[in-house]
Amino acid sequence: MARYLFTRAWQSALTLLLSTIVVFVGVRALPGDPALALAGEDRSPEALAAIRQHYGLDQPLPVQFAQYVERMAQGDFGVSIRTGTPVSSMLTTALPVTVELSVLAILIAAALGVGAGVLAAVRRGRPAEWFANGLALIGLSVPHFWLGLLAILYLSVATGLFPASGFVPILEDPVDNLHHIILPAVILGTGLAAIIMRQTRSAMLDSLSSDYVRTAKAKGLRPRAVITRHALRNSLIVVVTVVGLQLGGLISGAVVTEQIFGLPGFGKMTIDAVFQRDYPVIQAVVLLTAAAYIVINLLVDLLYSVIDPRIRVTGEPA
Amino acid sequence: MTVLTVSMAETGTASVTRRARVLRRLRRNPLAVASFVVLALAGVIALLSPWLAPYSVDQTDFARTFAPPGTAGHLLGTDDLGRDVLSRIMLGARASLQVGLLAVATSLVIGVPLGLAAGYFRAWDAVISRFTDLLLAFPFLIMAVGLAAIRGASLGNAAVAIGIAQIPGVIRVVRSDTLRLKSLDFVAAAVVDGASDLWVLARHVLPNATSVILVQATVAIPAAILGEAVLSFLGLGIQPPAPSLGTMLATAQQFAARAPWAAVLPGVVIMGLALAFNVFGDALRDALDPKGDRR
Repeated sequence: MARYLFTRAWQSALTLLLSTIVVFVGVRALPGDPALALAGEDRSPEALAAIRQHYGLDQPLPVQFAQYVERMAQGDFGVSIRTGTPVSSMLTTALPVTVELSVLAILIAAALGVGAGVLAAVRRGRPAEWFANGLALIGLSVPHFWLGLLAILYLSVATGLFPASGFVPILEDPVDNLHHIILPAVILGTGLAAIIMRQTRSAMLDSLSSDYVRTAKAKGLRPRAVITRHALRNSLIVVVTVVGLQLGGLISGAVVTEQIFGLPGFGKMTIDAVFQRDYPVIQAVVLLTAAAYIVINLLVDLLYSVIDPRIRVTGEPA
Repeated sequence: MTVLTVSMAETGTASVTRRARVLRRLRRNPLAVASFVVLALAGVIALLSPWLAPYSVDQTDFARTFAPPGTAGHLLGTDDLGRDVLSRIMLGARASLQVGLLAVATSLVIGVPLGLAAGYFRAWDAVISRFTDLLLAFPFLIMAVGLAAIRGASLGNAAVAIGIAQIPGVIRVVRSDTLRLKSLDFVAAAVVDGASDLWVLARHVLPNATSVILVQATVAIPAAILGEAVLSFLGLGIQPPAPSLGTMLATAQQFAARAPWAAVLPGVVIMGLALAFNVFGDALRDALDPKGDRR
């Protein structure tokens, strides 16, 4: 177990270093002088020289990289070219929105996906399975931003049930906050729900035909108890695995969903930055996404080895 | 004896009957047939759309903007500039399929050799795994954001961003199939016979891995089509005035109060294309499954 933890942590650290190099090189591949990009409004020669010195742009590349890593580790992502505010303070207001949206979407997806997956496996060959399978296929194929668009048009605008856009911080008014974020979270969760459903169904079908379930049935355990006891444990593994694997898709989905519903999160910040050529913001977004992906996947793997003892031995998902 | 039959089936002497069995299974699956017909139809329309489209995609008619579907001369209506929606949907679907194929081709060209190498050469496995981890750390949208910042937004860059993001999936399935094939007798026999690693990979492993690659491609294409729609919707993909289903939806969002119907059709087309690929991919996977009609 300790050996596995050590290997995974080492691999994650290496990936983090590699992705930092990629972003560092990418920033240098940007068109134009980075000092100009960092300078914002004040482009006097003195200001540019000061920036070059502050960011070490006059140093050799390895030194620049070391300084770059140091700055990033301290949370100094520079200053937004457009707004003049530090990127780190933009992130502190934007991130909670995205985290709340994503966590809610995962919860919704897990509830829907596990429920439908278990139902499809238990009601195998009956209309309920066909219905659940069809729904999952549609969930995989539907463009979620389009669903969001339709939801705004036909649910928010037409009926006024949900606000069409905007956000209220959770600390300000939790009820109003939920009212604003529930529809985007459902939309974001649909794709994930479809994947969780398909994986749960297939895991359930496997375990329903396994020896331990046959034993449980043979010793007289009621079918419902067999399903809940074994389904719950296996579904947990499925959900954790899928969330780990689909994290990239979830981040991409959150960006689009925020854009459609006008949520002032990480995604909206990203898209605005691209169109305003706000390079310090883009750089921070790309680097932080990679770091978040690596760290969360490390946590998922550790969690995974806690839930499923087999992995502790082989070191690879079964 | 059993081992021998399995190896025979893998080496290709029996591959004709195997292919026939797969095709027979596909033909007997109504969903497979239906999705194939939809895809074939979409392919033909996409190929011929420059000639089939009733209007030029750029032909504006400011006297007839936002004509609803069913208007004489414009079956599916017109958009904010009076352009024919049917024509733009046809050309947009063509662009979607283009990006889908281009992205998947990109991911296969890079992913298949890496997957083969990772599965076959132990020493390469760790290096390629780190490369995979690195790619996974940049979700396709973030990759597209970075590419758009460096190289500008375009159809090509969108396809490359989606394709790069799909490489890890290709490496994973090809690697695990290579590991499986490597342990089979006919590969060991070829090695004993003195065949070089490259020969074994090209002649024995790759041909037998085609079915998993094919299944991977059929699920990757709809994902790429959805990805293109997202990028174009956000303005990071195909640039106006070139027709794209994603940009049509972005325009529809702007004018949703005047023409709500415009938000429906492009989405239905994207979903139809993706659904057809996904249904066909499922059917293909079932048909290729040696365990037969278990599910």
